[in-house]
Amino acid sequence: MIADTRLVCAAASAAPAKTDRKASPMPDATIATIEGNEAAASVAFRLSEVAAIYPITPSSGMGELADEWAGQGKTNIWGRIPNVTEMQSEGGAAGAVHGAAMAGSLATTFTASQGLLLMIPNMYKLAGELTPFVMHVAARAICTHALSIFGDHSDVMGCRQTGFAMLASASGQEVHDMACVAHAASLESRIPFLHFFDGFRTSHEVSRIAMLSDDDLRAVIDDAAVDEHRRRALTPDRPVVRGTAHNPDTYFQAREACNTYYDACPGIVEKVLDRFAAQTGRQYKLFDYYGDPNADRVIVLMGSGVSTAAETAEELNKRGEKVGVIAVRLYRPFSTEHLARALPSSVKAIAVLDRTKEPGAPAEPLFLDVSAALRQLDDANALPCGEMPRLVAGRYGLASKEFTPAMIKGVFDELAKPEPKREFTVGIVDDVTGLNIDYDPAFEIEPDDVLRAVFYGLGADGTVGANKNTIKIVGTETERHVQGYFEYDSNKSGSWTISHLRFSPRPIRSTYLVRTAQFVACHQFNFLEKRDLLERAAPGATFLLNSPYGPDEVWDHLPREVQDSLIEKKLKFYVIDAATVAEEAGVGRRINTIMQACFFGLSGVLPRDEAIEKIKQAAKKTYGKRGDAVVNANIRAIDAALDHLHEVTVPAKVTATHGRPPVVADAAPDFVKRVTAVIMEGKGDLLPVSAFPVDGTWPTGTSKWGKRSIAASIPIWDESICIQCNKCAMVCPHAAIRAKAYEPGDLAGAPDTFKFTDYKAKDLKGLKFTIQVAPDDCTGCNLCVNVCPSKDKSNPRHKAIDMAPKLDVIDAERPNFDFFLDIPELDRSRVVRLDVKGSQFLTPLMEFSGACAGCGETPYVKLLTQLFGDRTAVANATGCSSIWGGNMPFTPYTTDSCGRGPAWANSLFEDNAEFGLGMRLAIDALGDRAKGSLERLAPQIGDVLVSEILGANQRTEPGITAQRQRVVALREKLANIDNADSHNLNLLADYLVRKTVWLVGGDGWAFDIGYGGLDHVLSMTKDINVLVMDTEVYSNTGGQASKATPIGAAAKFAATGKTTDKKDLGLMALHYGHVYVASVAFGAKDAQTVKALLEADEYDGPSLVIAYSHCIAHGYDLQFGADQQKRAVESGVWPLYRYDPRRVLSGDPPLTIDAPAGKIPVSDYMNSETRFRMIERLDKERFKRFAAEAQHCAESRIAIYKHMAQLRLGEPHPAPAEPRRVPARAASNGKDGE
Amino acid sequence: MADLGTTYLGLELDHPIISGACPLADTLDGARRLEDAGAAAVVLRSLYEEQLRAEAFATHESLVASTESFPESTTFLPEPDEFILGPDEYLGHLARVHDALDVPVIASLNGAAPGPWLDYAPMMEQAGADALELNIYEVVTDPVDTAELVESRLAEIVREVASRTALPIAVKLAPFYTSFASVAARVEQAGARGLVLFNRFFEPDIDTENIEVAPHLELSSRSELLLRLRWLAIVSGRIDADLAVSGGVHSEIDAVKAVMSGARAVQIVSEPLKGGAHRFGEIRDALNDWLDEHEYESVSQMRGSMNLNRCPDPTAFTRTQYIRMILTWRPQD
Repeated sequence: MIADTRLVCAAASAAPAKTDRKASPMPDATIATIEGNEAAASVAFRLSEVAAIYPITPSSGMGELADEWAGQGKTNIWGRIPNVTEMQSEGGAAGAVHGAAMAGSLATTFTASQGLLLMIPNMYKLAGELTPFVMHVAARAICTHALSIFGDHSDVMGCRQTGFAMLASASGQEVHDMACVAHAASLESRIPFLHFFDGFRTSHEVSRIAMLSDDDLRAVIDDAAVDEHRRRALTPDRPVVRGTAHNPDTYFQAREACNTYYDACPGIVEKVLDRFAAQTGRQYKLFDYYGDPNADRVIVLMGSGVSTAAETAEELNKRGEKVGVIAVRLYRPFSTEHLARALPSSVKAIAVLDRTKEPGAPAEPLFLDVSAALRQLDDANALPCGEMPRLVAGRYGLASKEFTPAMIKGVFDELAKPEPKREFTVGIVDDVTGLNIDYDPAFEIEPDDVLRAVFYGLGADGTVGANKNTIKIVGTETERHVQGYFEYDSNKSGSWTISHLRFSPRPIRSTYLVRTAQFVACHQFNFLEKRDLLERAAPGATFLLNSPYGPDEVWDHLPREVQDSLIEKKLKFYVIDAATVAEEAGVGRRINTIMQACFFGLSGVLPRDEAIEKIKQAAKKTYGKRGDAVVNANIRAIDAALDHLHEVTVPAKVTATHGRPPVVADAAPDFVKRVTAVIMEGKGDLLPVSAFPVDGTWPTGTSKWGKRSIAASIPIWDESICIQCNKCAMVCPHAAIRAKAYEPGDLAGAPDTFKFTDYKAKDLKGLKFTIQVAPDDCTGCNLCVNVCPSKDKSNPRHKAIDMAPKLDVIDAERPNFDFFLDIPELDRSRVVRLDVKGSQFLTPLMEFSGACAGCGETPYVKLLTQLFGDRTAVANATGCSSIWGGNMPFTPYTTDSCGRGPAWANSLFEDNAEFGLGMRLAIDALGDRAKGSLERLAPQIGDVLVSEILGANQRTEPGITAQRQRVVALREKLANIDNADSHNLNLLADYLVRKTVWLVGGDGWAFDIGYGGLDHVLSMTKDINVLVMDTEVYSNTGGQASKATPIGAAAKFAATGKTTDKKDLGLMALHYGHVYVASVAFGAKDAQTVKALLEADEYDGPSLVIAYSHCIAHGYDLQFGADQQKRAVESGVWPLYRYDPRRVLSGDPPLTIDAPAGKIPVSDYMNSETRFRMIERLDKERFKRFAAEAQHCAESRIAIYKHMAQLRLGEPHPAPAEPRRVPARAASNGKDGE
Repeated sequence: MADLGTTYLGLELDHPIISGACPLADTLDGARRLEDAGAAAVVLRSLYEEQLRAEAFATHESLVASTESFPESTTFLPEPDEFILGPDEYLGHLARVHDALDVPVIASLNGAAPGPWLDYAPMMEQAGADALELNIYEVVTDPVDTAELVESRLAEIVREVASRTALPIAVKLAPFYTSFASVAARVEQAGARGLVLFNRFFEPDIDTENIEVAPHLELSSRSELLLRLRWLAIVSGRIDADLAVSGGVHSEIDAVKAVMSGARAVQIVSEPLKGGAHRFGEIRDALNDWLDEHEYESVSQMRGSMNLNRCPDPTAFTRTQYIRMILTWRPQD
């Protein structure tokens, strides 16, 4: 039975309605232009009563929408508001939905990747108990050698053994439809369903889909099945027991008892699909076939690749080939019978493509399933093609790697070979194992009547938002089909975006980036210097450039490559000075609506006047709730746009004297030039397998080569009024302001513009002093200027550090910074006072990260690396800090002049404390081993040195320095000793210098998902240090509430304001008594921050430092981050304290409060942040109640701390000393070194 | 018992003591308390166009900052479907206060230059305001902005508002005009039904330690009344607009002086802010007692009795008095 190829997107060809719709689970139009996540959530919300949620990219959008809709009082198809509850982890969410489903409700959840893996234990239970339930998964790569947030099937394939049914969707429309099918089929089959679609490619693609009405859903859901589910509910009214323990005599048989349900499931799904088709006209099958009925070659795959494969097969068949594609929809239970029905009888060769990798397996899972199924069919003489076809396995598209028609043709071509590769990869160059197949990258199939547009924008300029808007306008206002997909840079902000838009008279099946576009727009002029933007421009395409130069001047400012492309490709070239238009219209830096108007003006996708009117309507709709002023400014911008749009006459010849500069400097190391630079240029896809380390290890210190130069203004130092406090360097989130004290002689050869002055304090008398900005690494956040206390007495507006337009100073500051770097660092031992000022003379070993401009986290970590970076191992929980700490292509952790620096690793989100503890245990074990050898070698080395090393006090910086010197002396002695112990000690001698282990992460980790592990690690007495950078939300995934979110704050999953106050993690930890605990906020009291970190490191036991970290998710201009930290402390919301167990021994209260609270009302603090003020905008009285409650909470907390600060606890009874355990082998033969 | 009744902006008031624009009427309960305490009318706090605009943009910027920049976090804050916007909130409050109170409720609008905010005037009318107080507060810093330009702009705003609403308009003015009497007349010609003398200014102080300008706002003192009395006396009788005094009235004697100088309404703010809402009733009753004691039949009997037209010595309000005082002043031994 061959399916109609036209069915693949038949759904989307329905006539569009002429109305737009709000984000809503209840569609008020039959056509909507939405993301895949919304398509899934819309159905899940309406078919559920309970949703337990937890954020994880790329699935977070589903939970956010569900929570938002519940908050707005939207209902499911039974007229009730689903109960949407955020849990502390995906494991928690799975437990909650398991309980909810067993107790008889209709439950759902949304997740991806590692989050899905955390659900696996409950998934076994849900399936084992035959419990109807549906989870929607935006399938994503698993953290292995590296983390990736992008899409493949590694996560869902990790669940295929749980007993869940697995249903795959290939497009936004299918996501919407299959979500409904999954819920219906689960209820009827009793088997829980995992409905999945490709992360980002489908979850974040904006497309036009036909929406299912509540009536559609009601028609597909079998009420009787719902009733049956209720009857099976665990209830005291009909009590049963579940979850019993079985013994060897019964478990096996009982496990087999469910077989009939799995046997029946494919048939039930088929029935539901037919019912669905009868209701909606959209017919799907368990395995859908697309292509020539007499195909000799077939590709089998699932997910978003299906659409591209199907359209490619169609095109190849038009060109005379005979090929086809089988789309797997119901992957589990795998129905051999239905696969057989889909296979054309003519097939000779099949390629099964898996979007996952199972190292060590004979092949990937879909291949194995198809292979086994064909074997069974062959055994039963039921193969439709008679003979067993040739079967090959391919891997493609890991972590959203592009999957294009060219690659698909490559697979078909491979199948046509007499001896195709049995196992291959496609889409990469594998120059190590040679697995990849070749393909012609120039092969394209996109017809001319599909308008394709590519926009290069800056994160902050609104380009992506405008393009989403454009897609919605065209999708809802015209008959055209639309598609929008968006690429982002790896930096958190100040980064580029690329928007890929398609407009087509037919449903769009191209699930890959636009490769040749008829319209290319560059929204930031300086991008022309960074990468080849016209690479994607089709011959004769239109190029729109946002340019500060007018039509008569722009040509002379273009790099040679751009001029060349404009001429060679005969591009139509237009410019607009959007920044000026935006400024004049009052929309600041947001050029979105201006560039959008230009696109409509040039592209002809809509009649110009109609388009302008639609953009205005969209602006009113988008910004209406933010006030008339915002709307009117945007309307002015739109009106002005086309008047400022000018065509440029392209000269016949290239006249540019400069080309694009090299991506990285000549001085960069080989790896940076060979790998990092290629990724920076946007050509990472071209890197072959051999370019990469085999185990995910990456060199440190590469961020210094990625000169992003994104600041419009940078700070400039005035040495004449500086009081040399070094606060500017301390707060700089990107280590772009450096302080240095140095010998006068080091100034030899200084550029004329290099600034310096005499160092003022006595401790380093006679030295010179300089504050220097790294001009291309500064993000222009202004934090430094705001904390600078030095004002010009005659002109107080001028400070010792002030912003200046970068273009005015860049030529001087670049050589100044280079010269500054060459000045020798101050020897650590000369920094006598490790206070704020002294700490800034130590080299930051975390620099130029991709964190947001004005980030409140990075100053803490930078300080940590200055204080201890040369002997620190960092276990970093997944989150913002793991992303700015190590998102390709840059690594900001770096080394000092001795080559030492933080050893940094991110493992997971949920168990970072345990991960860090493991590091501590290893370091201790290796140190212990070194000590063993040292003790045994004492006669040869000399007792004095050995006892000095073993007895060294390394709790302070001078102690560390002295120990390093002893280790140097030790190594000299070891050079003359040749035995196993000497070899061992030579290898491990550095472990004799105390190592610090820092467990670093955000509040999501420490307060929520990782709390259990953190609590356990703190309960032990190991010498670990914990830095919690508390942003009070899950910042990295977009601001979802955590248990650190304060009362009254609006956050995702708490859109109407969190109703309980934040958990007091510090108070909980200090109850242990042996844990050093500090609460710090550098913006309020930087000296206390430095002191706390030093004490935490010095304390021989577990230490917890909780650091107030202002964040973009708080909703204010982060240049005022330090001021707001001060308000937090002064209001009592964020008490500053240190709890030092050592003070018990001296008879002092262990708790010290470091700053007075109650100086200002909490409402003064709340009034400065949008996250609180938003509640006021919703409901003024609610805001007032929150403010009053927050005041009460702050006062209560302060009262507790004040009380505790009075408590002298008395000297504890010493526990009996642990006898030192002597390794048995060492004790017996004394040859530990062997 | 004297007749305390007065009319102001065409509104019949039981007595002249009304609540000036202040936070006391920010809540419905607060407004009710003012009425219960005896305020004859309530002026709501101003709707500030600049503030609304600034807040709208600040919220907008916070919501868009760093959005659509990074794939994991395309937004950072939830955005509810509906915000209560500044004007909506104000208009809703105005409507609720109007419904709840029996005394007249006067809305207040603050702005410096003609703009979209002028449209709020008809919205206030629709929401139930009994009158409109237009608070025109401009600190002119540009040397090219001449007095004529400033005064023309003022008149234009008044004309624009008057053309948009049928509500009686009182214009609250600053005293800093070269020829205040002329400005008063010009504002009246532009459509004002009343004048409120005077606006009080936010006058920043200087923080000498931190070398910063420090925000500063003090409650009024009685010394401020004298300036107002002088100009009430000067314009009263020369223009037809109803006059109200604002600033410096803390007792019934202050009120008497203001009425004698020509005020139809006496706005008090600092006194109830410091002493509580009950000060309205206390001052009203004390005024009544004063009138009785001094055998006045009504407030209107004494209104304007000390204005420039009627006071025994009009030169006392003019410069000669100033000279005389200086010349005759001698340091005490």
